[in-house]
Amino acid sequence: MKPENIPATDTRAIKDMAADWLERADRSDWNETQAAELEAWLSRSPAHRVAYWRVKSAWERAQRLHVLQPAGDGQARRNSWNLFRPMLLRAAAVLAAVAILSVGMVTMAPRSREESFATALGGHKVISFADGSQIELNTDTAIRTRLTAHERTVVLEHGEAYFRVTHNAARPFSVVIGDRRVTDLGTEFLIRDDGGRFEVALTHGRARFEAVDGVNNPSVLLVPGDAVMEKRGSISLVRQTRSEMADQLAWRRGLLIFSQTTLADAAAEFNRYNATKIRIADPATASITIGGTFATGNVAGFVELARNLLGLRAVTRGNEIEITR
Amino acid sequence: MPDGNERNGAKHPHGEDGVSTPSLEEWFMREVWPLEAILMQYLRQNWRDQSAAEDLLHDVYVQVYEAASRALPENPKAFVLTTARNLLISRVRHANVVPIEALADFEAIQTAIDAPGPEQAVIAREELRRLEAAIAQLPPRCRQVVMMRRVEGLSRGEIASRLGITEDTVSVHLKRGMSALADLLYGRPGESGR
Repeated sequence: MKPENIPATDTRAIKDMAADWLERADRSDWNETQAAELEAWLSRSPAHRVAYWRVKSAWERAQRLHVLQPAGDGQARRNSWNLFRPMLLRAAAVLAAVAILSVGMVTMAPRSREESFATALGGHKVISFADGSQIELNTDTAIRTRLTAHERTVVLEHGEAYFRVTHNAARPFSVVIGDRRVTDLGTEFLIRDDGGRFEVALTHGRARFEAVDGVNNPSVLLVPGDAVMEKRGSISLVRQTRSEMADQLAWRRGLLIFSQTTLADAAAEFNRYNATKIRIADPATASITIGGTFATGNVAGFVELARNLLGLRAVTRGNEIEITR
Repeated sequence: MPDGNERNGAKHPHGEDGVSTPSLEEWFMREVWPLEAILMQYLRQNWRDQSAAEDLLHDVYVQVYEAASRALPENPKAFVLTTARNLLISRVRHANVVPIEALADFEAIQTAIDAPGPEQAVIAREELRRLEAAIAQLPPRCRQVVMMRRVEGLSRGEIASRLGITEDTVSVHLKRGMSALADLLYGRPGESGR
């Protein structure tokens, strides 16, 4: 299995050797001697190096896809976590209380403050804290904050919020979403939780994403452009471009930006902000993709686009607009 | 506190040492590998011997590497494409087999790349689907081994005993999986995203 050290000129052979090296480097017995051999092989020719980088980058990309997925049956694991969630939160609260008590004895009553903030449908609110941190709440969002001298914790109960955190290593800032936690290492990030499906996107700085219990899952250091998303019980890490991130944050300017978005997804976005709900009648219509920028409340404009540009029909029934062929 | 600006930076001021190896590897990952499908299409359209396309592509990468290790190009896409075209032209001159007109659709290809094509417009969920689709296209046994290694984080020994195969066979599957994933992720046009 050992990659041969003869120089190869044929592309196929070089690619094959590159995969061979990568496979070796993935083994548990990979050591410094082997790493030096690999480096020698890479240095021998740029052809070796590009072949190795190429196969390695694909393998890493695939690894990142599943790096956060629970071992074994993801669905079962997720469900059991859901059962444990209230217990975990309670345990965390007890721990926090213990911490406050012990802190109180040493440092003369640094008080813990707990507060709740929320926005209604279509609402938008910026909350500023004494340390300079800001939390911006999108539509239909609820959070609880718990600030002590030693930690700042925010529980995102539902909805979407953008965090700009003033970093303080002595007073870590973390956001809890269900059984996951994001801890700031000097950060701006977005978290969205639509009941069972959540997404964390990092725009600046560094943050750590991990399970609240800190045991069952690997934690991941997020860098700008990383987005963690949950889908059907499994959690994935993907890369986003700057413009994708900017589009996702358009709600901070009161906008929805669609790019190759299906009509179904666009309707779901509008429905997050408005009492009038858009329903797409059939799967074929739902899968039409559109692009464009709308004010979050501009349901009428969206319906007009569907009617005039896409040639669809819109039927209003009470609080619902049904879009159909 | 460093922020994400290194992603934006086109140049790494390393003076005479050129571009550092890790930044170059990162640059290839970000800028070059996503162009593979479109490059491959371009090379196939303009070179009669289809079996040579893979070699040509690799030669393009090597030339891009050599230039980029001195200084990262300002416009990576245009640079990679121009490298591909120049390589074709020099091969054409040597071999004298393909008329130069065959290279005429370079402009069209460049326009296609500059427009927000599938790669740039891909949203995170599409990336997710793409990765899943790539893994799904691996041969069954290979996929099983790749998933056990990646998703479950099992060692080669554990995979071997679960599947009743030798560790060497596990290694062979992994190696094939690694090669195939690179081809599936980079070599196929973005049709899997829709």
